[in-house]
Formats: sequence, C-alpha cells, structure tokens
Amino acid sequence: MAGKPVLHYFNLRARVESIRWLLAAAGVEFEEKFIETPEDFEKLRNDGLLMFQQVPMVEMDGMNLVQSRAILNYIATKYNLYGKDVKERLLIDMYTEGMADLYEMFLQLIVTPPDQKDAKIALIKDRTKNRYLPAFEKVLKSHGQDYLVGNKLSKADILLTELLYTVEEFDASLLASFPLLQALKARISNLPNVRKFLQPGSQRKPPTTEKMIEEARKVFKF
Amino acid sequence: MAGKPVLHYFNLRARVESIRWLLAAAGVEFEEKFVETPEDFEKLKNDGLLLFQQVPMVEMDGMKLVQSRAILNYIATKYNLYGKDVKERLLIDMYTEGMADLYEMFIQLTVTPPDQIDAKIALIKDRTKNRYLPAFEKVLKSHGQDYLVGNKLSKADILLTELLYTVEEFDASLLASFPLLQALKTRISNLPNVKKFLQPGGQRKPPTTAKMMEEARKLVKP
Repeated sequence: MAGKPVLHYFNLRARVESIRWLLAAAGVEFEEKFIETPEDFEKLRNDGLLMFQQVPMVEMDGMNLVQSRAILNYIATKYNLYGKDVKERLLIDMYTEGMADLYEMFLQLIVTPPDQKDAKIALIKDRTKNRYLPAFEKVLKSHGQDYLVGNKLSKADILLTELLYTVEEFDASLLASFPLLQALKARISNLPNVRKFLQPGSQRKPPTTEKMIEEARKVFKF
Repeated sequence: MAGKPVLHYFNLRARVESIRWLLAAAGVEFEEKFVETPEDFEKLKNDGLLLFQQVPMVEMDGMKLVQSRAILNYIATKYNLYGKDVKERLLIDMYTEGMADLYEMFIQLTVTPPDQIDAKIALIKDRTKNRYLPAFEKVLKSHGQDYLVGNKLSKADILLTELLYTVEEFDASLLASFPLLQALKTRISNLPNVKKFLQPGGQRKPPTTAKMMEEARKLVKP
C-alpha cells in the first residue's frame, strides 16, 4: 500500500525547500526523516538507498527518488503542475531553470568567505533587479494572465513564489518595481495549500544560515 | 517555414556540448552561430533574444530556447529520446542529473586556481571511480539491456556516452573496471548519427581549456 512520500534530508532549506513547496502546494502530505548524525547518513548509504550516495532522497510510489530536479519533475508531472504539452513544459523548464540560477546565488552566499561577501551581495542585487525579476515580470505582462504558463497553476508559479519570498527576506526593496510579481506572490500565497504551508507549525523551514551548513557538513563530510 | 535549429554559443564545449551530442544523435542537422566578439553578444542581448541575457540560445520551432536543461528536455521529447512514460522520464532525469554533477566537476577544473588543481583532480577521480561510474554500471547490470532505460535509446545513453568520452580524455584508466559502460560507449558510438558526429569535421568541439574559458569570459562582461 502506498503511504505518504518520505523526504530524507537535513533539517534545512538549502536545495530541498523547493520540493517541500511543491508537495505542499500540490496538497500532498509528506513525512520527513531528518539526517541528524553521521550514522543516519551512513545507514541510508549502506542500505543502498542513495543512487549517488547523496541526499535528498524521496521515498515515493515504491521508489527511492534522488536528484532534486528529477524529484521536482516527477512530482510536477504526477500532480498536473507541468503544463499540458511539450511547449508548455519547455516554458516551465526555461523559467524554473532561470529561477534555479538565482536561487543558487543565494545558497552560495551562505558559504561565501567574509571578505568576498559584499561583492557577492552586490552581484545578487544586480542580477535580481536587472536580469531575473524583469524577465518574469515581462512574461506576466505579455499575456496578462494569473499564472506564468498556460493560464494554469504550474511548478513555475510555485517555485517563483518561493524565490520571491527568498528575495524578500534578503532585501524587500528589490521587489518594489515588479507589481505583477508581487500580485502573483500574493495570489499563490492565498491558495489554501500554500497558505497552510506558510503558517507557523508547517513543514516550511527557516532561512538557512552558515552555522546550519557547518553542522550539516560535519554529518555529510563534504 | 521551419529551418534547421540554430545554436548560439561560443566555439567551445563547456556546458553546451551535450546539446550538440543530442541533436547529432537524433539525426538533426543544425547550424551554429558562434559568439566571437563582445558585439556579437551585445547584439543578441539588445535584440531581446536571450531571456536571461545568457547563452546558449537555440532558435528552434519559431522559439528562442534558453537554459541548457530546458533545451535538452525539449529536444529529447521531440525526438522520442525521453522514455515512454513518467516513470521512465524519472529514471532518465535521475541518471542525467547525476551525470551533470560529474560533468560539472570537469568543467570547474578548467577554472580552478593552480594551487587547488591537484586536490580537484583527486576528488574527480574518486567520484568518477567510486560514485558515478559504479552507479551506471549497476543500472546496466541490473537489467542486462543495451540501454539505460526502457530497452530503448534515450537522452540518458547519449549523455552517458559523452561523459565517458570526457572521463576517457581525462584518465582512460578510470573506465577499466566498468565493462558494461565500455560496451555501451562502443555501441552508442557506432550508431550512424553518432559515428558521423565523432568523425573529424563533425560539429563536435575539442576539449575546453582554461584559456578558452578566459577568452569566452571576456566576451560576456556582465
């Protein structure tokens, strides 16, 4: 009997928060098994559950899914959040890959040495304001619809909303000149499943700090 | 009238060689417009052809595709190289994302500072021999078929073959203990379209050097 999906990862956002957002937005209840000690991690490896000896891993539909993009694509397809045809999938992929590039910059900032931080912060602000947010604002403006692709909720809207919260936490003023993005963020946040996820007590994780990464590194030995 | 796809990039392998491999293996003739001067790049940007102000960009089916994963997924779907259903797509995604992680290490090597190169090389050898190649050898062993997924040629086989050539160029001895991978590499290389691609005069690019990356960087001053 298929149970709830089980997500194996650290008790962190890092690169896995997108998976939590997508499952939550799709209304899928899931469990989490946090890796908290080196032994937790060794056990997963020794049991042969991690194809590339890495987490995240999601137990779902009788399989052990690894690689966050593969996991996100599978969930999106299963819950009809991946567009209706190959062209919509293409647009969703183009947009979410751009989002992943910006998101990665935020992740890298956490582990950037202090003497390089200011330059990194300046670059992130520039890219956010002049490259990524304008691109997505333009998409919404071009069709005037409530969702990025195909006038229907998709992985792209959910991951964009997550990214906009990340930008807001970093520097809320960056969102100021993007009214359509702000409207989308509000709209998606008000979907019942998303609203529940955004409330205290949900599975949403707090922002990742350098200290958290340090702790995870000791377990992961990376 | 739809013409051949046109790939806009530098005259480099870097992260775009996978696109060339996939198009070639699918038997799709394509043109290339190399970005060779800062003006080439400015023109693409100013003409609004680059969603995120970046290359690669592929003109195809009346669209301007960006983001290499989006491009690869679109080509794979269009030419039936993406499995027959969502579960095969999942496997293909898991495998190709693992391949991309290893491939990225090779690309990073070309921009690694000299004092860190030895450590990087040692890590690549370890990951290749102990993490990635065993994972793919195990897949082939598990079903004994000629292709990684669904007993049919897919994006996964083509990108794995590309990766194995990259490993071979780096250190051929790393392939020694993986007979099934060697056999797959040979089999895929003998497909008519791939054989043509691998011959001198094909659109395959020579290995990327640090100098080539430096030159390309100058063209896209942020």
